[in-house]
Amino acid sequence: MEWYALDSWIVLTGALCAIACALPGTFLVLRNMSMMGDAISHAVLPGLAIAFLLSGSRSSIWMFVGAAVVGLITALATQWISHWGKVDRNASMGIVFTTLFALGLLIIVQAADHVDLDPNCVLYGALELTPLDVVAEWTWFGLLIELPRAALVLAVVASINLLIICVFYKEMKVAAFDPDLSEAQGFRAGWMHYLLMAQVAVTTVAAFEAVGSIIVVAMLIVPPATALLLSKRLGMVLFLSATLGAAAALMGHLAAIHFPPLLGFNGTSTAGMMALATGFLFVLAWLKHLMFN
Amino acid sequence: MSVRPHRILPVISLSLLALVLLPVEVAAATAATWIDSLWRVLSLQDYNTRLVVFSTTLLGMASGWVGTFLLLRKRALMGDALSHACLPGIGIAFLIMVALGGSGKALAGLLTGASISGLLGVAAILIIRRTTTIKDDAAMGIILSVFFGLGIVILGMVQELPGASAAGLESFIYGKTASMVQQDFNLLVALSVLSGIACLLLTKEFTLLCFDEAYGRSMGWPIGKLDMLMLALVAAVTVVGLQAVGLILIIAFLIIPAAAARFWTENLVRMLLLAGGIGAISGWLGSSISALAPRLPAGAIIVLVTAFIFILSMLFGIRRGVLPRTVAALRLKRKIGRQHLLRAIYELQECTSVADGSAKFNSRITFASLCKHRHWTPKAVHRLIRKAKKEDHIENFDGIHLQLSEAGYGEASRITRNHRLWERFLIEHADIAANHVDRDADSVEHILSPDMVRELEQQLKSSATPSSPHPTGGKH
Repeated sequence: MEWYALDSWIVLTGALCAIACALPGTFLVLRNMSMMGDAISHAVLPGLAIAFLLSGSRSSIWMFVGAAVVGLITALATQWISHWGKVDRNASMGIVFTTLFALGLLIIVQAADHVDLDPNCVLYGALELTPLDVVAEWTWFGLLIELPRAALVLAVVASINLLIICVFYKEMKVAAFDPDLSEAQGFRAGWMHYLLMAQVAVTTVAAFEAVGSIIVVAMLIVPPATALLLSKRLGMVLFLSATLGAAAALMGHLAAIHFPPLLGFNGTSTAGMMALATGFLFVLAWLKHLMFN
Repeated sequence: MSVRPHRILPVISLSLLALVLLPVEVAAATAATWIDSLWRVLSLQDYNTRLVVFSTTLLGMASGWVGTFLLLRKRALMGDALSHACLPGIGIAFLIMVALGGSGKALAGLLTGASISGLLGVAAILIIRRTTTIKDDAAMGIILSVFFGLGIVILGMVQELPGASAAGLESFIYGKTASMVQQDFNLLVALSVLSGIACLLLTKEFTLLCFDEAYGRSMGWPIGKLDMLMLALVAAVTVVGLQAVGLILIIAFLIIPAAAARFWTENLVRMLLLAGGIGAISGWLGSSISALAPRLPAGAIIVLVTAFIFILSMLFGIRRGVLPRTVAALRLKRKIGRQHLLRAIYELQECTSVADGSAKFNSRITFASLCKHRHWTPKAVHRLIRKAKKEDHIENFDGIHLQLSEAGYGEASRITRNHRLWERFLIEHADIAANHVDRDADSVEHILSPDMVRELEQQLKSSATPSSPHPTGGKH
């Protein structure tokens, strides 16, 4: 087996993405809002398009700001429609994200001369190519280390998420399980909700910019759901889902290298394989759950 | 062009709608020719747009019907999960067809593959939900992402397959609204007839499934099979719609028309009709508008039109719309305030008659005592009095004294009587302490119907206004 620095970076990027997603993802699953990641990752398209039109470049900072703003708008609009219109929350999520995606598509097509944005690329990402986009390089014990931008971005997001969870652990726990109690204890469950939504929006945007949206949706939901089958303690669930996500990233990459040749194909999508690997781990946990419960 | 009267209304409303959507194109074309071409498209005079418009209209109608049941069953995002879960089936079907020596793009084969993997996904969601504590939404998210991941893996491998071009398989997911062919139209006709018949024949069963699954099961209905049947119908709509109009539009079509219809009615049959109608109108309008000018992707425009109808429904829908509900709440609040004012005056008059030892009559009371009686601010009392005066319930108000009118006195005694009857009922039949009963009665007395009052009279064997079971505010 040949293993290059490239492979290490792909696995590391995938694992960082898994950790960044698993932390807010656990709370999404606990709050019955699992589809929020899917909704936000579709809904940010107009944000990307408008940011591109205004800034005139694909520099990631503007795209990031645009996407994060629209991500937050998605969360807020979902909340408003379900609150004011008394619509089921999942339905209002569906309404908001399809509308925003359509708006984004319209903007892109209208400005096709100026925008070089491919919706497919936004949705699928190209994890295999991330190590080529290098932000910094240095030599360490004679070994040339080239830090990819995606890995750096995801490391920052993962640390911020970890920090937020550490600081607000108790508040988030109470707000997730018993919003009324949290109100009674003197802090606003609503604020915790919006903090979580902001976290999900930023994480989703950062992760899919680097690795594509399908892996974001998978990493947000599947590892936490797997962990919830294995443990009933929140701290343990958080730790397990981050670990399982990282393991799935490694397994996914290995599978993407070794599996297709067995069937006579050349290669396949690494992000897709990582999503599939999270599903594989879920099935294992599910079987254990079925046998021992 | 001579505008006939029956054409004016739709043209006006449509051009208003289009003004919102197409600022650039509107500015470019002169209004007259623009309306002319809009009408040509809407009335299907252009031969080449007819197919697309008919197809999207039919699909909107079918998905409006099916979506209604999905929404009521709180599974609105099932279309989302299902449409993503179709991808691996498409890839596998392509592989099998290539292995058998075909081009790999026969529509029937791809549709079969998509349906099978979609149904497998749905079955997996139901099994996960039944065998674990994982909720519906998380189960949907798991299936959606893992199946889609599998699909991408398969397509990623297929794309490098020698001798077969897999290009265009992804358009199966993104749709090709503007370039639909006769085959798609035939499929959509079959689909809408099928879902129409199914919704017609199974309205009762599906209603039961939506509103009281446990009751249905206890009555011996095959709930599991009905559930699967409903989801198979959703799968049919999703798969056929997916390759015709794309993933986002079919997800939107399954959710938005039904959610918009919900604001207008509480009746399921009417909601079905409305949702079908809204879906059809959105498909018709959206594809027509997109045919008017270049660079208006039909799928996106249709979603935006549907969303526009949703926003209008959410604001103005007569049953659950935001504005009607706000107005009704304001009206009730005002009615309650008025009734409190009249009762307060009545109770004050009672106090004076008890203090004087005289018989109860419509005496003059002071403004100050009224404020003190219920701890109201003078400003609030002024506002209430102004409204009561408009209804001729209060007369002779000079800033210090006031008096009830003839009509107001009757109304006040009726309101006070309702309040006390309810209080007595609570004390005698619900075992609530006399000093707690005032507030409880307050929340119910305003909505007591005449029938209820008559029943209370019979139960309590009293027809006159009973005396209050507790002290009524300040002593004077």
